[in-house]
Amino acid sequence: MKNPLDSLWGTVISGLILTAVFYSFVKYYWGG
Amino acid sequence: MELLPALARWLHFMSGVMWIGLLYYFNFVQVAAMKSATADGTAAGISKHVMPRALLFFRWSAVVTWLAGAALLGSHFMDAFALHHGFAGIGIGAWLGTIMLFNVWVLIWPNQKKILGMVAATDEEKVKARRVAFLASRTNTMLSIPMLFMMATGLSHSIYV
Repeated sequence: MKNPLDSLWGTVISGLILTAVFYSFVKYYWGG
Repeated sequence: MELLPALARWLHFMSGVMWIGLLYYFNFVQVAAMKSATADGTAAGISKHVMPRALLFFRWSAVVTWLAGAALLGSHFMDAFALHHGFAGIGIGAWLGTIMLFNVWVLIWPNQKKILGMVAATDEEKVKARRVAFLASRTNTMLSIPMLFMMATGLSHSIYV
């Protein structure tokens, strides 16, 4: 499997997915 | 408005803009430019005149950003890093910024010194250094996206309450 960090789009999309994951954790699990 | 927190926030933003601005320059502009410059034999100019200056401001603005951020957290420093209730948002931002600072000083800068010939390295070591520095830089670009989100929204805590 190709490393997504080898492409700029892969890097940006990975960052956006990570943002959604962190936001969900903070919002629903860690109570802000 | 208290003066010291205001100064810390101002400094945090200014140095952060320089740090992440240079990070984005490296990733969005220079990687592709170096490929073209290598193809037409002009890459040496970038390596010799641009990279050392860009890396100087890059690594030291990272330090100033982290220190100003720590000052800004003040007595809540441990609350943020321990992800205590009400501080998880800015705490994640602080952790991501800390990981990024580590990447700059432990993975990017030592390997860039080998690539640019500032320290001795064999061709094989340079190839490996190029890959490690590239991936660390791309990792920081990826981490900057949630880091900036948490910084922007966690400072006010407004979206989490």
